Amino acid sequence: MNKILIGRYIAGDSIVYKMDPRGKLVATILFIFVIFLANNPATYAILTIFSLVAVAATKLKGKVFWDGVKPIIWLILFTSLLQLFFTVGGKVYWQWMMLAVSSYGIINAIYIFIRFTLIVLISTVMTVTTMPLEIADAIEWLLTPLKLFKVPVDKIALVMSIALRFVPTLFDQTFKIMNAQRARGADFNNGGLITRAKAITPLLVPLFISSLETAIDLATAMESRGYRGDQGRTRYRILQWSLYDLINLVYFIILVILLLIFRTH
Amino acid sequence: MSIKFQKVSYVYSQGSPLEKKGLDNVSFELKDNSFTAIIGHTGSGKSTLMQHFNALLKPTSGQIKIAGSLITPETTDKHLKKLRRHVSLVFQFPETQLFENTVLDDIAFGPKNFGYDSEKAKASAQMWLDRVGLPKDIANRSPFELSGGQMRRVAIAGVLAYEPEILCLDEPGVGLDPRARAKMMQLFFEYQKAGHTIILVTHNMDDVAEYADDVLVMEKGRLIKHDVPQKIFNDRSWLKKHYLDEPRASLFASQLTNYTFTDLPLTKKELIAGIKYNLRK
Repeated sequence: MNKILIGRYIAGDSIVYKMDPRGKLVATILFIFVIFLANNPATYAILTIFSLVAVAATKLKGKVFWDGVKPIIWLILFTSLLQLFFTVGGKVYWQWMMLAVSSYGIINAIYIFIRFTLIVLISTVMTVTTMPLEIADAIEWLLTPLKLFKVPVDKIALVMSIALRFVPTLFDQTFKIMNAQRARGADFNNGGLITRAKAITPLLVPLFISSLETAIDLATAMESRGYRGDQGRTRYRILQWSLYDLINLVYFIILVILLLIFRTH
Repeated sequence: MSIKFQKVSYVYSQGSPLEKKGLDNVSFELKDNSFTAIIGHTGSGKSTLMQHFNALLKPTSGQIKIAGSLITPETTDKHLKKLRRHVSLVFQFPETQLFENTVLDDIAFGPKNFGYDSEKAKASAQMWLDRVGLPKDIANRSPFELSGGQMRRVAIAGVLAYEPEILCLDEPGVGLDPRARAKMMQLFFEYQKAGHTIILVTHNMDDVAEYADDVLVMEKGRLIKHDVPQKIFNDRSWLKKHYLDEPRASLFASQLTNYTFTDLPLTKKELIAGIKYNLRK
């Protein structure tokens, strides 16, 4: 249970950490689109190099990124294999019924593999170097235009931050109640599916009740300190553009320009 | 059948950057049928130590002999039910563990888990409901309708209802009013006198002086002293050095500079007796 952490933020002090979360979030999202500009070996090589430089700039251990890729490595391999066997065209090396390995297939499989891996790597760069609350702030900023359409952006942002804030609290509480019920002879680890499902009631009921109590307490505390919804709320963490974000931006623009030059038209 | 800790260490999140020593080479032996208090500051390892008594935490190294079971780092979760039948634990704010539809069902949850049949469990629940001082007519009400103090008592009845031989309590009186608190401590004291072992984690030195016959003092995960309350509280400079309070009675006595006490009074009773003796002189 101790291993479960919300987000995967790892404290650090490299240039990537100093960048504004808004810039990082936007760059990450755009990267997913930009990656489709690549369509030949040269552009894929450029993408790979740029991504690896971003990874290196975090100054974190390689294992952190491997941990990011590991959970979906099978999905990546499976998708690549589908490309490998079902793409037609080019020189055929091997064929059996519907399945064929062709030169197009091999190239496509490699491209898909690179694309997928790079997207995961770049999103890992963002999630390990940005605190969940910073990401929430960045999302709030991105949603700001929706205010024009009367979307309660501030409230959505508040809900996000509160939810993130209480994840560890909830884990603590879960752990505590589990231990208390274990001491009373509850068994969460043994028995069939139905026994286990039943065994969870003594955990869920207290957890719901304590969550509701925490929520009520929080609401009372906020009201008593004068919180009045979205009217002119000031911030503790003020997001600011800095030189580092300029680096981020310029780096990204160079990548796009290089891709546009070297891609096959 | 005593409780024996041998060189027990416990490390939190071993191997991760958050690694932290919870217990550091702790060894001691507690007698059966004793009332042991564990004292120390927040973060001194009291709660970590307590969770070792029924193997909610297993030592990273060392071993524990308790109630006929042996807990080692290799102990698995499979066969702990027998141990937990004999050694029970009441956490801080135990009222958060209530979940059943009625008070009686909630108290009977533990006994049923430990093999009481339905009738026997109900009977035991009924009996302990009475013993913790709750009115009979709340038996069929929802535990969530009760007051905080009553909920606490229901939760404690739920642990006492299967009569564990060894009962570990983490600050059971916190948040109760003084009368409810005194009553609750009295209940545990009687439970000990009926032939059970009590281990109490507390900050309240008056309770230690009043009820305990053995004290473990924890600091930074280490056991720094294991002695009877009389000896621990007698060493005033040592207490001061470790920022530990003394019972109100001995503090009061120390301010009566022209009085002489043969033994340092630790409880109200002893203090009154001591003052009477001095007045008569």
